[in-house]
Amino acid sequence: MVRIGRSRGGGDDLVAVPASETSSEPAGSPGLGASAASPASALHKGPLLEVSDLRTGFRSERGLVRAVDGVSFSVERGRTLGVVGESGSGKTVLARSIMGLLPGSRVVREGSVRFEGMEIGRLSGDAQRHLWGAQIAMVFQDPMTSLNPVVRIGRQITETLRRHLDMDKRRAKDTAVALLRSVGIPEPERRLEQYPFELSGGMRQRVTIAIAISCGPKLLLADEPTTALDVTVQAQILNLLGDLQRERHMAMILVTHDLGVVAGRTDHIAVMYAGQIVEMAPTATLFSEMRMPYTEALLKSIPKTGDPSHTRLAAVAGRPPDLVEPPAGCRFAPRCPYAQDNCHREAPPVQTDDSGRHAWACWYPVGTPEGTAALERNLSAGRPQAVMSVVARERTAEPFAGASAHDDQGAGASRPLGAEQA
Amino acid sequence: MSPNGSHPVAPSGNGSEPAAASSVGAGPGSALGSGSSVGAGPGSALGSGSPGADHLRPGGALLRVEHLVVEYPAGSGRCVHAVSDVSIDVVEGETLGLVGESGCGKSTTGKAIMQMPRPTGGSVVFDGTDLTGLRGEALRQQRPRLQMIFQDPISSLNPRRKVRDIVAEPLEIWKIGTGQERAAKVDEVLEAVGLDPVAVGDRLPHQFSGGQCQRISIARALVLEPRMLICDEPVSALDVSVQAQILNLLEDMKARYRLTMIFIAHDLAVVKNVSDRVAVMYLGKLCEVADPDTLYSAPAHHYTTALLASVPVADPSVRPGLLEDALRGEPPSPVAPPSGCRFRTRCPRAEPRCADEEPVLREIGAGHFVACHFPVERPDYRPTVAGPDSTALAER
Repeated sequence: MVRIGRSRGGGDDLVAVPASETSSEPAGSPGLGASAASPASALHKGPLLEVSDLRTGFRSERGLVRAVDGVSFSVERGRTLGVVGESGSGKTVLARSIMGLLPGSRVVREGSVRFEGMEIGRLSGDAQRHLWGAQIAMVFQDPMTSLNPVVRIGRQITETLRRHLDMDKRRAKDTAVALLRSVGIPEPERRLEQYPFELSGGMRQRVTIAIAISCGPKLLLADEPTTALDVTVQAQILNLLGDLQRERHMAMILVTHDLGVVAGRTDHIAVMYAGQIVEMAPTATLFSEMRMPYTEALLKSIPKTGDPSHTRLAAVAGRPPDLVEPPAGCRFAPRCPYAQDNCHREAPPVQTDDSGRHAWACWYPVGTPEGTAALERNLSAGRPQAVMSVVARERTAEPFAGASAHDDQGAGASRPLGAEQA
Repeated sequence: MSPNGSHPVAPSGNGSEPAAASSVGAGPGSALGSGSSVGAGPGSALGSGSPGADHLRPGGALLRVEHLVVEYPAGSGRCVHAVSDVSIDVVEGETLGLVGESGCGKSTTGKAIMQMPRPTGGSVVFDGTDLTGLRGEALRQQRPRLQMIFQDPISSLNPRRKVRDIVAEPLEIWKIGTGQERAAKVDEVLEAVGLDPVAVGDRLPHQFSGGQCQRISIARALVLEPRMLICDEPVSALDVSVQAQILNLLEDMKARYRLTMIFIAHDLAVVKNVSDRVAVMYLGKLCEVADPDTLYSAPAHHYTTALLASVPVADPSVRPGLLEDALRGEPPSPVAPPSGCRFRTRCPRAEPRCADEEPVLREIGAGHFVACHFPVERPDYRPTVAGPDSTALAER
């Protein structure tokens, strides 16, 4: 965890909370979460993936777009890290930077990404290609564009197997059938002969997952793997990823904009905003002791099935900042319900809780006396960001005549059946 | 919403007076029980005596869709049964949520109501006029009163026109007001949807984010002051934070312009947030219709239960989607839908009867309709046939 500028050479910056913590501990001990003993870690001790002070920028006419701006974290073997943020927060660029998938002269990349101790950026093209697929694999958001539309499913799976695992044609085909079956595709033999357009979105995503796991990678990067899918299919795909991960003791980075998706399925969560990680914690801690106003805002903006209908949602005012010239102080300050004057001038330091596992960067954290006081000041001053965040949870005006009767009877009476659906 | 207040029953029973039917859960007014045709009474204005339309409320609904059928040719003499015999009604000022998986026909239903394309069968009565019977100019005259917004806000705006022109175009087409009046109207709607007309008026759609583009398309839909707005997955392409802004905006606009809405989406939490009544669709058919609080607390159709189990919950203590509840597989092809109940191939409770006999929507609670032979049983849920002294009343 991290702030730019500061983590360079500055030892006091507590940054990289989990990273520094793990590197000083013996292998197999908790880093990003209590790690299970990993049989495969004979050669390399320490976390599977260590990202430190990673910066990725794109040269544009207006200047350098700092899409990822000083991000540090680590992932242990077999563990899952959720990366959450809005569009434009840099989470996808982060995933691609880790993979080394952003070539080109317009990309500026700094910092270090170490996979099993190897610096990925320094690998040759060949060595990098060997890593892709075999060690680190990726599942993308849109399964239609990540599959080749004019190549049959079978060849797209066997290609990886033959290249990385040197399988002969027959064995590769048998393995492909087994893989398709393991990702829950019915009639796998027939599917091998089909083209991507003949499959539904969910089936296509299963195929890309089958390809991703085909060589038994140690790390799976899943970039919004379910955003293009229906809720029912989303649940299926997320369950599938979880099962595969457990069976294969594979680490996973699950990138998404939906806190609901990562809540029950990750060990740790990193919340990104404007290219930086603004809060990072073990999943349960993040939800129970959320400190960063941005995390809180993300959570509050999700409509919940348990709320009565016409509940006004807490919206986050405005949009993420311009990454060419990010705001001077805290980058979330212009939209933050808690922001005070100093937030706009000075970037907040990273703080941690006593365990050192929960880190956040905020002057007025949620749930602290300073935070509560700051929010109250903003509310009494009528600052729109604060008002928008709190007006929430009241019902909107009832424009529907039939609906007003509902209110007369009270929300409790309207639901005599109990049994809240979660 | 009070089921009895808003779903008056046909005056054929003894409990047609709202006063007698004051209970929330199970009033006597709805004690007509399963199978009886609620809308078929002699007094129902537009009574649909046919099976499968019992859930329609008698009297003046703003929109009344009966037995809607949409089929597309699929080559070699076969056809895609996109929508099969769907009946819905929307009362003035109400928001009807239409929810289901991709391919369930929810968007097709929305478009068929707009007569784009024209439905294969059934009627769409909007404010007393059957749109399916109108041709040419007569249909065109109805269009300004029924507007639609779409899922992808960016591709639904002309990339080469300025925002001001995009929003003003409907006014120009209908030759409403003078140039000055139009400009004023455009400014008013843009402001209403939260955009500064001076700052955005001369910019092009690509200069805006997805959320802002959706605001622009809402402004365009509202500039003619329609009576009904059909929203087809309006927030599916947006981030949660922006989604909240747009949902709040739609609620505000509904109040400000006195809109009646149909809200189509696959996200149940989103649908619940905006709806007064929710209809669940599966493979071209309605499975369940109820007010949101009932539907979400006591779903009766196994498909609804499965959909609810699939919704991700932002709470780590809730274990996500137990495989048992979550839906397996994918919907069968709408070219050859299963016989009987269309959900039976994925249903955990399917029995031989489900293949032979198609379940018809029937009332199991006040304003709560389900098309299932073996609906989910809940010990705490007393069906309306139990009469006025149901547990729901007793509990109060």
